[in-house]
Amino acid sequence: MEASAQAERPGGGLPAWALGVIPLALIAAAIGAFALLGGPGLGERSGPPVEELTIERTQLRPGEIELTLRNDGPDPVEVAQVAVNDGFTAFSADGGREIARLGSTVLRISYPWIEGEAYEIFVLTSSGGTVDAAIPVAAETPAADLDFYGLMALLGIYVGVIPVALGMLWLPFVRRIDARWIGALIAFTVGLLAFLAIDAGLEGLEIAAGAPAAFGGTALVFAGALIAYLLLAAVDTWLRRRGERAQGGGVAAGGLYLALLVALGIGLHNLGEGLAIGSAYAGGALALGAFLVVGFALHNTTEGLAIVAPLRGGGGGTAAATRPRLAQLVGLGLLAGAPAVLGAWIGAAAFDPSLAALLFGVGVGAIARVIVQIAPSMRDGDGRYLHPLSVAGMIAGIAALYVTGLLISV
Amino acid sequence: MGNRRISRRGLLGAAAAVPAVAGLNALSRGGLGGETALADTAAGNGAAAGHSDHGFPHATFAPGRSVDHRANGFEPTELLRDFDWGKTRRLASGRLLREWTIVAQDKEIEVAPGVKYEAWTYNGRVPGPTLRAREGEKLRVNFVNSSEHPHTMHFHGIHPALMDGMPGIGERQGGGQIEPGERFAYEFDATPFGLHLYHCHVAPLAAHIARGLYGAFIVDPKQGRPEADEMVMVMNGFDTNFDLGNEIYAVNTVGFHYINDPVRVKRDELVRIYLVNALEYDPLNSFHVHANFFQNYPTGTSLEPSEYTDTIIQGQGQRSILEMKFPFDGDYMFHAHVSEFAELGWTGFFRVGDPSKLSSAEAAALYCKLPWGGAGGIS
Repeated sequence: MEASAQAERPGGGLPAWALGVIPLALIAAAIGAFALLGGPGLGERSGPPVEELTIERTQLRPGEIELTLRNDGPDPVEVAQVAVNDGFTAFSADGGREIARLGSTVLRISYPWIEGEAYEIFVLTSSGGTVDAAIPVAAETPAADLDFYGLMALLGIYVGVIPVALGMLWLPFVRRIDARWIGALIAFTVGLLAFLAIDAGLEGLEIAAGAPAAFGGTALVFAGALIAYLLLAAVDTWLRRRGERAQGGGVAAGGLYLALLVALGIGLHNLGEGLAIGSAYAGGALALGAFLVVGFALHNTTEGLAIVAPLRGGGGGTAAATRPRLAQLVGLGLLAGAPAVLGAWIGAAAFDPSLAALLFGVGVGAIARVIVQIAPSMRDGDGRYLHPLSVAGMIAGIAALYVTGLLISV
Repeated sequence: MGNRRISRRGLLGAAAAVPAVAGLNALSRGGLGGETALADTAAGNGAAAGHSDHGFPHATFAPGRSVDHRANGFEPTELLRDFDWGKTRRLASGRLLREWTIVAQDKEIEVAPGVKYEAWTYNGRVPGPTLRAREGEKLRVNFVNSSEHPHTMHFHGIHPALMDGMPGIGERQGGGQIEPGERFAYEFDATPFGLHLYHCHVAPLAAHIARGLYGAFIVDPKQGRPEADEMVMVMNGFDTNFDLGNEIYAVNTVGFHYINDPVRVKRDELVRIYLVNALEYDPLNSFHVHANFFQNYPTGTSLEPSEYTDTIIQGQGQRSILEMKFPFDGDYMFHAHVSEFAELGWTGFFRVGDPSKLSSAEAAALYCKLPWGGAGGIS
């Protein structure tokens, strides 16, 4: 049997790598021939050139409006003129007026804009097509200097790090309460995370709608979610295998380990949140009222509770009781909160809708994976996921975020 | 711009109305500053430096490029005084027959620096030739349709139905809608005297007119009009993205052309403007001249002016003969007092005085020297 299999080995005597490379080479040759012959049989391309421009970024400086344009279509596009509020005006183009496919340029438009007014811009292409950009409320884009990055860091700390740390102060409480309540607490975390995932997903889709379709648009949100989920699953498997090897018996779902996962999921979510805050602030759309900062802080305090909930252990009989060191707790808090600072920096300095959509998707995927990971801890003694206590916990988690979310709906 | 304006009104909301007005004031202040400096220069103190280096003199196209008039095949400054009297011959009856050949053709033209538009034209130009005759003459317009689309020539005037250039009327006699490759001779009397227009009347009507198929048609009164520096201004616009709203407004097609190349006139000489509104999609257009007043002869059908004013409004297809004298040397803006049109291209200057004093390049530098440098294009 074995001998005949050898004799009938497909591909004759060629090595396996060659069998893999040959189809690739043929595909390359076919594409080359097709391109060289100018697409035989397809004839002349019909219709006028397709012009698709996306406005990726709008920035305002005194006497100047700056638009970042990306050519999203199949053909090169040439910017010919620009009008602001139905008046043509002078402009210069940093990347040249002709934008190649997927290329971008920055238009510096000279215009005496006035703070608080609304502006509508149309970019006129050489073929007479128009691309519209709207500035609902004009405000100067903050200069990206050290002060600005400091402010963004402070903002990230206010809305990310401090609230999460405050929320983690519930740890002693969590450790004291009756074991029966742990399932409910984990369920509360699950509900909270589910709400965050939905929120991040919707926000990502909204941002993606304004991103160039050529880079994927809304598909980026889903791709980001899928990739994050798969990566976290792989990391999880790897860590468990390593733990098994080291201890000769599973870490099981150790409480600290679960807390780490929750912190990571929340951290990725806060990256997206920081991004949104930073870009909104840079665009002048966000007034940094104390009320808003307080709202964000309250909102995110609940996230701290979610991190410490698994540290109680004993819930559902899977998680071992853990007594983490202070440094570990600080690490967890930073992992969950600090990405808000990073997000605010990115959002304020280099906001890119495609990147933002991808990052929001990553947040969604990470949270989904974390939910799958911690859900077993909310099982009751009979192994059921959905029992009155867990359902109540999940609803409470959703409600907590919804109510605190009302404070920050801008 | 109709559609766009409505959407912006929605965006602004009522609360934003007050600051918006403040913004317009700021703009017009900037404009005044620029003009004052200009007038000084033209009056002879010679200092171009009088022009503000800061501020926002007026709306303009981006610096550094210009319209290729040679490729267009026509030049707005030349169009001003280009009257096509056709060819004449005496009929056996003793009447004068005046005859033209007009060819409809599709042609890409540049309507603003860098912006190409697939125009439909009469004789390769937009507006079409200014046909001029005298009251009572017999007119014949040999129309040849070389376009890929059916067209007609519909003249404003008094004539039989067959000569009306109206699709559905007269096809059996070879008239009505003229298909590609077909031809037809329109024959009618030059009456009444005044300023009229002609345009295509094939459906969809707005699209056929907006593409460029229109021109001025002047019938002089038998006794003529007083000697004057005469010019034709056809107010038009271009819906370059075909959204049923114009992106570019102009007089004689090229936006801001007469800013870069002012209309030269002599001091104290009578200037007569044949003003025609051929604009589509916007119901109204207007004409306003700075620092002067003019006599208005609506439709030119009376030799008595109806009003002495500096601003008139014209609906679609309306026209007027305007007469004025410039008592002072200097540069005087004229534009649509629909400010939106003015800033989207419908603005120009009269230059009163010795035209050789300033080259057009200097003029452009003078008017369009903006803080970001560079002059508006001219060629």
